[in-house]
Amino acid sequence: MVCSTERLSKEMAVDDQLSRVFSALADPIRRDMVARLAVGDATVNELAEPYSVTVQAVSKHLKVLEDAGLVSRSKQAQRRPVHLEAEVFDLMTKWIERYRQEAEQRYRRLDAVLAEMASEDTRQTRVEGEAS
Amino acid sequence: MTTTTHPETSISADPAAPVIHITREFNAPVDAVFRAHVDPDLVVKWQGPRYLEMRVERWDASTGGAYRFVHSHGDEEYRFYGSFHEVRPGERIVQTFTFEGFPDGVSLDTLTFEDLGDGRTRLHGASVFATTEARDMMLASGMETGVVEGYERLDEMLAEG
Repeated sequence: MVCSTERLSKEMAVDDQLSRVFSALADPIRRDMVARLAVGDATVNELAEPYSVTVQAVSKHLKVLEDAGLVSRSKQAQRRPVHLEAEVFDLMTKWIERYRQEAEQRYRRLDAVLAEMASEDTRQTRVEGEAS
Repeated sequence: MTTTTHPETSISADPAAPVIHITREFNAPVDAVFRAHVDPDLVVKWQGPRYLEMRVERWDASTGGAYRFVHSHGDEEYRFYGSFHEVRPGERIVQTFTFEGFPDGVSLDTLTFEDLGDGRTRLHGASVFATTEARDMMLASGMETGVVEGYERLDEMLAEG
């Protein structure tokens, strides 16, 4: 094993957060809210406006986004505006990049297999050529 | 290391749909790339992670066929199975994919082989999952093996290559 237990558990913690991020974004209303917050901070009432749902329902959605670390709410200000945590999206990008690298490694092995197949074909042709 | 440059694997995971798209080009004719996906002797050489041994227990790469294989490393074993829904030589493979450790999860994978001419091929894969959570588990599993595998082995192989 190339990695330490400590490193693995760190990876798993990151993994957990990313799972929460992805499931938080699985809901269309929450994705919409994130898109709205990408423009700028907004209050719960402002966020609730475009939807035919209660402010309570929006608060529930916000709680999911908050637990996933996607948004934060200022404790001080009276309006308690909701703020989008952009760095979490960087984490997601990293996750997908890791998956991509793994696929790339797999396909480099396939490159090697294909190169082997090509050289075997060349050998085969040569043997057949000599035989005739 | 091959001297010819080719674009690396590109991946997209749509946050709005449980799909993973993957695209890669190969400096090999379409028939060879296709054969490397259906001939089990060739498949074992590249499909599993480097640190795991791949053993094929069932392999019938034809329309209506099925497969089952095991990745193992010492006592660790990871089993996978699925059916070949359609195998269209040199063009397309449609198959299901299940990891036995997560039996409720199944993806429908469509591989398309595109002849780019000059002995080059573009491979496009689309994996569709039942839920976003299932898709994310798949992405997460990539993360684990990515960590364990490391780049040293790849470098070794390229040096040998």
